[in-house]
Amino acid sequence: MTVIEVSNLQKRYGDQVAVRDVSFEVRPGEIFGIVGPNGSGKTTTVECLTGLRQADGGTIRVLGLDPTRDRAELRHQVGIQLQESHLPDRLKVWEALDLYSSFYAEPADWRALMDELGLTAKRNTVFAKLSGGQKQRLSVALALVGNPRIAVLDELTTGLDPQARRDTWQLVRDVRDRGVTVVLVTHFMDEAERLCDRLAVVRAGEVVAIATPAELVARTELPGVERPTLEDAVLALTSPTATGRTATSPN
Amino acid sequence: MNATALPQHVSAGNGGRSARRRSAGRSTVKLIVTEAKLFVREPLGAFFGVIFPAALVLILGAAMPGFDEPSADIGGRRPIEFYLPITLALAIGTVALVNLLNALAADREKGVLRRLSTTPVSPIRLLVAQIVVNVAALLLGSGLALLAAVLAFGVEARPDVPGMLVAFVLGSASMAALALLVAAFTPTSRAATGIGSLVYYPMLFAAGVWTPGPLMPDAVRRVADFTPLGAASQALQDAWSGDWPQPLHLAVLVGSTVLFGGLAAKLFRWSS
Repeated sequence: MTVIEVSNLQKRYGDQVAVRDVSFEVRPGEIFGIVGPNGSGKTTTVECLTGLRQADGGTIRVLGLDPTRDRAELRHQVGIQLQESHLPDRLKVWEALDLYSSFYAEPADWRALMDELGLTAKRNTVFAKLSGGQKQRLSVALALVGNPRIAVLDELTTGLDPQARRDTWQLVRDVRDRGVTVVLVTHFMDEAERLCDRLAVVRAGEVVAIATPAELVARTELPGVERPTLEDAVLALTSPTATGRTATSPN
Repeated sequence: MNATALPQHVSAGNGGRSARRRSAGRSTVKLIVTEAKLFVREPLGAFFGVIFPAALVLILGAAMPGFDEPSADIGGRRPIEFYLPITLALAIGTVALVNLLNALAADREKGVLRRLSTTPVSPIRLLVAQIVVNVAALLLGSGLALLAAVLAFGVEARPDVPGMLVAFVLGSASMAALALLVAAFTPTSRAATGIGSLVYYPMLFAAGVWTPGPLMPDAVRRVADFTPLGAASQALQDAWSGDWPQPLHLAVLVGSTVLFGGLAAKLFRWSS
């Protein structure tokens, strides 16, 4: 059983190919990571699978829905946290949660959510005055306030200090423990290693490997490196000199 | 961690259409209330949009020599009476090119519209909420200006009321369309503010803010007739003195609304 199926996804911007050929499946209740260098097509992939962009080729099913055709229905069941997306500077924390919860037919209780994400003390603080970590927590809260079955989190911890990153990781685990499937886009390997059940490694718009972090490490043989890390493994797969799909294994 | 609120499984389609319609009504109200709060929290913008037109009438009427005295130059009427419809045009231009434009540009640049497009609510609803709030501010500001003129200076008029309404609505529509267009093609909110000012001041000039009524040279007026705010101002002045606005001015307002609005609709993107 799968909650997300992507097969042979393609997306171009003009004559620039952003996604050449991406296929993967996400299973219910897992934390599925998409990793790869900047510009490898990670964000475009999640934008297509959440219906924010229309794919040029391939098929996508999310909870059995087509993200383009069934966009409206999908919005109710998928919570999305985007990189580089903010709220109005003078909007207060509680107002943002109250407003976003009104968008959904069956929202979560935003007050309890605010409490769980440690934002209650900041409830009357305006967005511009929040720290980076607090903004991220609010962003995650907004992605969850609609009671989604899938949460898509893009570059969740970029710009956070180490403690805030650790707290955010725990938050993602908590979300998963409630039965929400998580798709996590990241370029931090420590994050992928600690959080993700399985990873898709993307290079230049193509999936070069799908495996658990441990499998990826175990498979890696680097001359002169005795105990390769996940970062070594992913770099070996995604460096411009890597030879392509050698490490791919079908799930 | 008390975890009762984290999302529970909700089976597909469980929402139901009526629940979704209820949430659509609720969210529209909340969007408007939120935008109204944000409008008020921008004190400088709120001042210029709402208070400034009335303040201008009071300051000019009280401080400018002869502004409140009948003048032979303009057939024995008082300059303040000419100035009131121009103040209304000023209010329209300010709310559209300062308040509305800044709000739109900031939302787009910061990804607020993009963020919204990940939810069941279309960003169009946010634009509608912003327009509702800015129209309310405009009506309030114009009402205060009228009130100031009538209470402080006993300005009397026998305006053509339907003509006033038509000129006011068309003028507001064409300036709102212009604001949308500027927001559509400027990549950042700083650029939007800059281009907004480049448009705003000539528009105020065309509206006669610095050369009210008969003081505007004929040649300038010929040009001003073809600018949206100039046409709005002329139409408001005509209606204010009891005449139906000239067809040329109404045509300019309708034409610019269609042109700017159409281009804006074509060019506008949710994120820059």
